[in-house]
Amino acid sequence: MAELIYREAVAEAIAQEMRRDESVVFLGEDIAKAGGVFKATVGLWEEFGDLRVRDTPISEQAILGAAMGAAMTGLKPIAEIMFSDFLAVCWDIICNQMAKSRYMTGGQVDMPLVIRTANGGGARFGAQHSQSLENWAMMIPGLKVVAPSTPADVKGLLAAAIRDPDPVIFFEQKSLYATKGEVPDGEHIEEIGKAKVVRDGDDVTLIALAMMVPRALEAAERLQAEAGISASVVDVRSLVPLDTQTILSEVRKTARVVTVEENPRLCGWGAEISSIIAEECFYDLDMPIVRITSPHIPLASADELEDIMIPSVDRIFETVRQEVD
Amino acid sequence: MAKKTTAKKKAPTNNAQLNDDIGEENRLKMYRLQLEVRHIEQRAHDLFFQNLIKGTSHLALGQEAIASGFGTALRPDDYTFCTYRGHAHTLVRGTSMTAMLGELMGKECGMLKGKGGSMHLTDVEKGAMGSYAIIGAHLPIAAGAAWQAQYNKTGQIAVCFFGDGTTNIGAFHEALNFAVIWDLPVVYVCENNLYMEYTPISEVTAVEHPAADRASAYGLESIIVDGNDADAVYRVAVTAFDKARSGGGPSLIEAKTYRHSGHSRADPAKYRPEGELEEWLKKDPIPMYRQRLLDYGVKEDVVKGIEDSVMAAVDEATEAAKASPPPPLEYAYTDVWADGGSSWRN
Repeated sequence: MAELIYREAVAEAIAQEMRRDESVVFLGEDIAKAGGVFKATVGLWEEFGDLRVRDTPISEQAILGAAMGAAMTGLKPIAEIMFSDFLAVCWDIICNQMAKSRYMTGGQVDMPLVIRTANGGGARFGAQHSQSLENWAMMIPGLKVVAPSTPADVKGLLAAAIRDPDPVIFFEQKSLYATKGEVPDGEHIEEIGKAKVVRDGDDVTLIALAMMVPRALEAAERLQAEAGISASVVDVRSLVPLDTQTILSEVRKTARVVTVEENPRLCGWGAEISSIIAEECFYDLDMPIVRITSPHIPLASADELEDIMIPSVDRIFETVRQEVD
Repeated sequence: MAKKTTAKKKAPTNNAQLNDDIGEENRLKMYRLQLEVRHIEQRAHDLFFQNLIKGTSHLALGQEAIASGFGTALRPDDYTFCTYRGHAHTLVRGTSMTAMLGELMGKECGMLKGKGGSMHLTDVEKGAMGSYAIIGAHLPIAAGAAWQAQYNKTGQIAVCFFGDGTTNIGAFHEALNFAVIWDLPVVYVCENNLYMEYTPISEVTAVEHPAADRASAYGLESIIVDGNDADAVYRVAVTAFDKARSGGGPSLIEAKTYRHSGHSRADPAKYRPEGELEEWLKKDPIPMYRQRLLDYGVKEDVVKGIEDSVMAAVDEATEAAKASPPPPLEYAYTDVWADGGSSWRN
């Protein structure tokens, strides 16, 4: 095991896959010579060269359109959209084209591609560079949606996304880029569509994604120490496909469930999971399902304002303590 | 699919014009393709009014010479991308008429299993990489297919057909800049039929020639061709294709033409000035081309033979598509993912 930083795990995964498969190519703004604005792709251009690691103009439709055309004709492109907020300027290519082409053509068209994008808040960037948008992708049939919380999952799930024959939107949490974690040595690949129980507990299940996973884990430690509440934490990791078996099994065990979501309230991913729990294990529950989310407000930039909006360790701790008591 | 004519074998001609750089074989092919497109589209129109085709359809009656000229100059392994007005561009790649009409009618024999319809005709095996119903989307996608050809050094090119209205959307400009800076082997073909849906393109565009006048912004040559003359289209296609295959990068071609019908089935095109359609009908590419073949020495019976065989093929495809059952209901739940299924959870 080596300790890697989240951003380094991005480059490691891409390098691992580019070494084993000549058809993997990578394009995006500032990703080659500059190594990415978040320094998540440092070293790739030096190793793989101009033909496989290509800087592009600020043309998100061209970036994703080119990725799609290349994927349809035999390459396995990775496209970077610098901030997930910019998905809005190329959403047609994603939701109307990539997601639907296989279906609309009766299965004729292949779409093995990955869109990597820096998602989420915590960096004081304001409402157009901080959104947590995984639910946008989740609601479009035909897209796989992955959001890792640790360097090991960045490497393993990104490698899996690159090998996946379907379009995968890979949301990297920009406030996690500097975090560290153990990553298995050698080739590392995880399975997309598997949630992970990252903390065992008996009293309540916290269902979290991306940056909310470390916060839920910290809150769980305090709940144990300060309130005697034993919390299980599930890292959802993949919204599509969704590992409902792992989620429902934890919920049945603890009979209490709280979702911890960075996205604004309405139609956040936790709403869908809550509805599945309500439909499929309502009679196992000892309390109503609770959702902890950002408020339904554009995200503010000042430290104090952003901090009260995105679910914090304190808010998770207080909410769970009050609800479970 | 129609049987290939053997006319050129039984009626060789020594006419120098006929056997120029285009040649008799290509000319007879272009005449056949124009007729196939014309008759398939007219048949689609008729089937609509028999309520056998639902949804909508966007006919390219009057614009057949463009798809036929480019289609004849293509290599079988080249890629084509087109719009929701894409019956013509799909047909000229050699796709099955039965599968096309079956798709329009929502039948099991449909080329997309009844899941796409008129606006999404695709035949990947023939290189027809899709009909795109959101304006502009396929321009960068075609660039991506060209990138693959460049990366793998396959010698293939991508040809992307679109209408005049597309020149005012962002994806057009992003794609052209992108194709030029990467020297991609892609040929962009603007079919300027004078109307952006219901509105004259001249009323909503800053320049007279919506594509050609923008070419210089991307360092490209301004190219305008008579889109009603299949020979002229073929020649401009060959030049652009040679350039793309030899590493010379993309081209942007504006083909001037006219849409005989309205924008879609729902549009009677009453906004056109009186007499305009009549003027353009005089320049209908098909009678014009027929006369040229005769002038160049092709025998009337050869021309007539092509016409009869196309009509028979369209009739045969119509009956076959009509006889096909509707798609099995389980088709609704297949082909979302590469594994063939549609599951999003375990």
